[in-house]
Amino acid sequence: MSTDGQAVVAAVRRVADRIESERDHLTDLDSAIGDADHGGNMARGWARAVEAVEDLDDPDPATVVKTAGKTLMSEVGGASGPLYGGSLVFASTELDEGITPESAIAFAETYLEKVTDRGDATVGDQTMVDALVPAVHTFKKSIETDELPPLEALAKAVDAAQRGVEFTVPIRASKGRASYLGWRSVGHQDPGATSTLFIMEALLAVAQESLDGDDFESVDATSPTIPDEEATGE
Amino acid sequence: MWVRMKKLINDPDDIVDEMLDGIVATHPDRFRRLPDTQVLVRDDAPLDGKVGVVSGGGSGHEPAHAGYVGDGMLDGAAAGDVFSSPTADEFEELIEACDSGEGVLAVVKNYEGDVMNFETAIELVEMEGTDVETVVVNDDVAVEDSLYTSGRRGVCGTILVHKAAGAKAAEGADLKEVQRVGQKVIDNVGTMGMALTSCVTPEKGEPTFDLGEDEIELGIGIHGEPGTERTDIMRADEITEELTTAVLDDLDLDEGQEVVTIVNGMGGTPQMELFVVNRRLQELLDDHGLETWDAWVGDYMTSLDMAGCSVTICAVDEELKELLSAPVNTPALTAP
Repeated sequence: MSTDGQAVVAAVRRVADRIESERDHLTDLDSAIGDADHGGNMARGWARAVEAVEDLDDPDPATVVKTAGKTLMSEVGGASGPLYGGSLVFASTELDEGITPESAIAFAETYLEKVTDRGDATVGDQTMVDALVPAVHTFKKSIETDELPPLEALAKAVDAAQRGVEFTVPIRASKGRASYLGWRSVGHQDPGATSTLFIMEALLAVAQESLDGDDFESVDATSPTIPDEEATGE
Repeated sequence: MWVRMKKLINDPDDIVDEMLDGIVATHPDRFRRLPDTQVLVRDDAPLDGKVGVVSGGGSGHEPAHAGYVGDGMLDGAAAGDVFSSPTADEFEELIEACDSGEGVLAVVKNYEGDVMNFETAIELVEMEGTDVETVVVNDDVAVEDSLYTSGRRGVCGTILVHKAAGAKAAEGADLKEVQRVGQKVIDNVGTMGMALTSCVTPEKGEPTFDLGEDEIELGIGIHGEPGTERTDIMRADEITEELTTAVLDDLDLDEGQEVVTIVNGMGGTPQMELFVVNRRLQELLDDHGLETWDAWVGDYMTSLDMAGCSVTICAVDEELKELLSAPVNTPALTAP
């Protein structure tokens, strides 16, 4: 297996582990404003994605990403399948020539474009877009304008996603199932933005390890917490 | 202590799978099930030279959608789990299995999951060179666009879209034409529903929502989503007036307009009661100076075992009349 392909399989495994460990957390977030299935659906989908990518014979990075996306598409129900999985499938073609800073930016931008098109959401709708937009923009700017090394750019992108997740708490949902709650969605952290952050944190962790050869422990400490129910006035 | 409701269920996890096998067992000459999917297509799909017409959605709305697969209507249908959208890869297989090279029309009910999964599937098959057009049905007049991001919901009017688009495709029309007549129905149809009781999903085994002994809910969705108003039970005629007025206010039809009507049962209401509703519906249309060209009564788009009904009104011109009365041969709808 190519080194890059192997690294991407490791990344899928890492994401799956992280989502599994946050399963109840995501379910709790979703039960406040949705139908309490986000943790279970995502954990099941990523676990199957690991099985699927481990079955591949010497795959390139794009094939690993595409396979993971296809699996999520068929295993994660509802709107999350197309949003998380479908977007990966489409973005995977950006990695056809391998993973470079440029192709990683193109990948991130295509992924974001697919999510926003599909969900018809913009920043401020209390969705995963609130984490993705600042993350993708920060990643691109850090590499293209600030000329930071990719790893640092990814770390900054994760920070930006973290702030995006926090931003979903005080705003009102206007897309997704939480929008049915109207003003009652205010005060709740969006589960989709949160799982998006977890995915990015796992990617950063695995990138740190493969590029530095060191364990990167500090990311988990940044996990956002569930907002206090009392404070929301419900 | 709460007791699980009595149902003809082996295991809630298997119900869709077993239902689909049961449909094929009932109609072995009509259907084939695509391997490892919840997709049923006509046994002879794809039909040479014909535009494919497909639909799908969560299960629990039977006979929608597999019941409308056959001559003059759909070429195939994907069944999701109960009240959840089929996945994008199942829609993908459905579209591919029904494409003869002339393209495929996807009839989608307007729910976020259905729309997103269909869109993803369409983008994927288009990459392989398949022509796909979509119509999104949003006939439920109960829910305002401003309150719900997904806009109006797609409900019983979908059946008329299946019928018109299916008939047009059977004539040998091209994909654009088939899409045009589907959209024409959507532009001219409205539906309003009500619940007497909640549905019981197999998974949960208890009512989805609480409705008091003497309460009804107007504007209910086909998954038991909130309606517009909860009120004390009324007489059948008054309920019919509420539903009909809501649809007519939305459609704003001219006097003398010809219409097709559907009084649709939600799954748990006897036909006897549906005919009582239709009796009053026809009186009301007459009062409004509207001409009923055809009236349908029955369970077309259900919500599991919910008791209640919906009223659908669709304005028709000569073209739609011809399409809606064209020959059809499906398990749920037959006309010579």
